[in-house]
Parts: sequence; structure tokens; C-alpha cells
Amino acid sequence: MSGLAAAAGVAAPGAPSLTWNVVADLRQLLAFHFMVNALEAGTIVAVTAGAIGWFMVLRRQAFAGHTLALVGFPGAAGATWLGLPLAAGYFGFCLVAALVIAAVPRVRHGGARSAETAVIGTVQAFALAAGILFVNLYRGFANGVDALLFGSFLGVTDTQVRILLAAGVGALAVLALIGRPLLFASVDVDVAAARGVPVRLLSAVFLLLLGAAVAEASEITGSLLVFALLVMPAATAQQLTARPRLSMVLTVAVALVVTWLALGVAFFSPYPVGFFLTTFAFGAYVLAVAARHAAAAAAGRRASRAVLVATGPS
Amino acid sequence: MSDPSPAPPAVVFRDASVRLGGRTIWSGVDLEVDEGAFVAVLGPNGVGKSTLVKAALGLLPVVSGRVEVLGRPPGAARHEIGYLPQRRSFDPGLRVRGADIVRLGLDGDRWGSPIPGLERLLPGRRAAAARVEEVIGKVGASAYANRPVGELSGGEQQRLLIAQALVRKPRLLFLDEPLDSLDLPNQGGVAALIASICRVEHVTVLMVAHDVNPILSYLDRVVYIARGGVVAGRPEEVITGPTLSRLFDTSIEVLRTSDGRLVVVGQPEAPALHSDRHHADGLR
Repeated sequence: MSGLAAAAGVAAPGAPSLTWNVVADLRQLLAFHFMVNALEAGTIVAVTAGAIGWFMVLRRQAFAGHTLALVGFPGAAGATWLGLPLAAGYFGFCLVAALVIAAVPRVRHGGARSAETAVIGTVQAFALAAGILFVNLYRGFANGVDALLFGSFLGVTDTQVRILLAAGVGALAVLALIGRPLLFASVDVDVAAARGVPVRLLSAVFLLLLGAAVAEASEITGSLLVFALLVMPAATAQQLTARPRLSMVLTVAVALVVTWLALGVAFFSPYPVGFFLTTFAFGAYVLAVAARHAAAAAAGRRASRAVLVATGPS
Repeated sequence: MSDPSPAPPAVVFRDASVRLGGRTIWSGVDLEVDEGAFVAVLGPNGVGKSTLVKAALGLLPVVSGRVEVLGRPPGAARHEIGYLPQRRSFDPGLRVRGADIVRLGLDGDRWGSPIPGLERLLPGRRAAAARVEEVIGKVGASAYANRPVGELSGGEQQRLLIAQALVRKPRLLFLDEPLDSLDLPNQGGVAALIASICRVEHVTVLMVAHDVNPILSYLDRVVYIARGGVVAGRPEEVITGPTLSRLFDTSIEVLRTSDGRLVVVGQPEAPALHSDRHHADGLR
């Protein structure tokens, strides 16, 4: 978390500095193996979390996604305490929690929804508490808490990249297989069910995919900032277009650009990557909202001008 | 589909009953819907009108008796049925175009994903897009089909949902309160649209309705459900004082206004539900 100082101390005589020569900067950045790993991991995570997050935003399941992220925290802290790989903790806890949430019936209207949020909220608070316990059980870990909660890109190992790649490709393959019926069930569950789409099964499978995406994103953004990749790119794209395919492509593009930029800037700065990632994603969202309102205002002006022309000067 | 020779009934209920959560919703229902007919399912709130449609779709099992749809058990013919469930409306923030909603009616139940770029190579893509465009034109929704569906009015959404139900050229159309939550001009417009689909495309229509008047002039048959049982027949036979009085076991009068509308007086309604409905409409 202390920026590059700690990691770069091994290699460079001085801290890397920005030269305004993009090629030179990139060469400087890619000279570090840990940075190549971080970019590879970030790319895999951005694509996976972006695509799955797009469906999460469409299905209004951000609360479930947030809970899965918080469940990942005790998973990772517990794994560290027990000397297991971080990924095992994230994936193990997130996938089990996804199954638990999937077991709670999801009803769209009225009371049952509040039952769902009550269950999820209960799980969420307990997860956070368990995480704090594990952190305290593992002494001398206090510095790592920051990384678990707010993300870190230092020390992504080759093995970690391979695990992320395997999980990401697997999750995206499943998503590609169920994409169309999942979209149908997400926007129009009654008609989809009447057409024979297995909506309960799809809902459970999607929660598992969401668990995998959250586990992946947590390793870069930390547990508290997963929405930087799960919600923000999708929300940005859905502001810009209502075409599902274009919207999905835009989501992944925004996630990728934001991740690369954040990793690049964090490399040259002493501040944490999670901050830059979230800030750039937030900036993209604000720009998208502004663009949509500007477009709507322009369309309104055109329409009123058309009316004026049609009615003529009075 | 347009074969004029005497066809078996499109929907048959024989002494059927449905239980939900330990409560018998209705029992001993006998019902036949002829191919090509426009049939309304009427009755007070909470009496099991939607349940009847769900039983015919195979979404709810009948505990006794028999149900057949297009000569097969319910659920076996679902690819030949267009269904429009009862609903309020889409989430106003839903950023998906109306045309995409219609398209999902065509192939939304197929596994896989429409991968951008790759899909262009698939055969049948042009035909599918043309079919979606054609059916959107047929319901008169071309002007707004490319806008996000959440931003459309109730009447516009309803037309697109009818297009979605029609896009696969079904033989049967099940509509659950499609006129609910529409204003009067839209009620008339959508009712006329459904009637023309029934007459011109020879699609059998089974429509749940709260108010019979917008569709009265188009109907071939009505099915009236009450707690006492079910009566089916031509509208002028069923919606009469004596028949409804027998069905509800209380004195009911049916008045005809000068413009041909029917007013049922004395029908036992669940008052709370009724006022809720108007409250919800007022908020819209």
C-alpha cells in the first residue's frame, strides 16, 4: 500500500518518475515483473467483473454483490491466518455465500424482498465481524488489513495470475452459455418462466458467477471497493446506451481503461490503487450522466424548435 | 392455423381444480375454448382468474380433473402460446430498448449469447430482425420501439408486450389483465388491436379482464368465475341478472346503458382490493 517505495526499493536506484514521454513511462513500468503481473491480473479482472457486473446492475442485485464482497474479507483474512493462498479464501467464502443467498427465495414484489435483504444484511454484518476476528488472530497482520479492504496491486504472483485467468475464463464461458436466457429472466421473469426458461436455476448460477467475479475483483480492489469494477462501468454504459450488446461492450471497455489507467498512475504515485480505480470509474460515470442529460436537453431544444417552426411566429 | 375445418377446442378444462397453499382456489371447472375464439375470463378480484391462465400454461398443477391445451397436456404446447402476465410496469430505470424486449420473446429462451460481431455471421439473423420489426409495426409501436422500455407509458409498454407475445406466431394468446392500468382511449385501442389479432391472424385469445366493457363488442364467449363456481357461454347469456345472481348466490342486476355498456350492480367485490386498485391507478 505504500506505493512503489517498498517494492521498487529492490530494483531501481531512484523512485520511478513520470517523464511525459508515454513510451518511456510504459517501458519504465513494464520493466518490473510485478507490474506486468498486476496489469495481467487487472485486465482479467476488469473483463470478468465488468461483464458479470453488467448483469448485476440490470438485475438490481448490487446489495447481494456487496455482501459477497464483505464475505470475501473474512475469507481472505482467514486464509492468511491459516497460511492458505488468498485466492482460496476469497473464492471459497464468496462461492459458499452465493449458494446461501441463492437458497433464499427471490420475489420481486412486496414483503419477501425485505426478507431477502434482511437475510443478506445479517450475513453481511457477521462476515465483517468474523473478518476482524481473523485479522486479530493473525498477529502482525495489521498492515495487510488495508490491502484486504482497499486493494493492492503489489505482489501479484504468477500463480495468482494463472488462478485469476482460469476462474475468469470459466466464469465468462458459463456467462456466454446462459447469456440470452439470463437477460430474458432478468428483464421479464414471468414470461421467461412461461416460456420454459429455468429461472430459479439461472438465478442460482448467476449468483455463483457473481461470487466468482467478486472474488476476482477483491484481489485487486479489496473487499470494500469491488463496486469500482462491478457497478461503475456497467452503470456508466447503461447511461450511454439502451442497446444490450453495445452496453455490454462499453462496460468491458470502461472497466479495462479505468483499470489500466489506475494501475499506471498508482505506479508513479504513493497513493493506493483502489483510490485511483474508484475515482476514474466515478469520473466516467459522472461524464456519462452529464452526456445523457446534455443529449436529452439538445433533443428537447430540437423538438421545441420544430414546434416553433411548425406553428410559425405568432 | 387458419384451417376452417372443425378443429378440436384449443383449451379444455374437465372438472379441474387447483389448490394453492392448502386453499382450494376453484374446483369442478369445465371449460372449452374454440380455436380462433376471443374469450374473456371475468370475475371479482382474488377469485382465481390468473390461476386459471397459469394452470393452462402448466405453471400450476391441477390437483384433480384434466386440462388440455392444443390437444396436449399443459406446458407441452408452450412454444405455441404467447403469454402476457399481469403486471404493473417495467422499472423506470430499466435501460433496455422495447425492441430488445420483443426480440427476447422470439429467441430469449435459447441458450447462448448474442456475441457482438459474431452474430452477424449466423443464418436467420436477418429473418429474426425482420420478424421483430414486422410485429412491432403490427401493434403500432414502431415510433418508440427503440427507446428504453422503462421510459415508455403504460399503453406503449403494453403494446410492446403484446408484440413480444405475438412474435413467434403463436396459435394461442393468454393475456392477463392487459387493459389494467391503461387510460380509457388506450384501453379501447389495445382492445381493438387484440380483437384484430384474433380475427385477422386467427389466434385464439383467452383474456383475463376486470371490466368487460372495453372488449364486450368483440367477445365470442365469456367465462365468469365466482366463489360458487364457473359459468361459461356467450356474453349475452352469461352477463345477465339471473345467471350472475345464481352464480354469486345473491341478488344481482345487470343494466345496459344507452351506449351499450354493461353495469353489474350488487356484485360482491372485495372492497379493500378494489380501492387499492384505484389508488394504484391514481398514482400512475
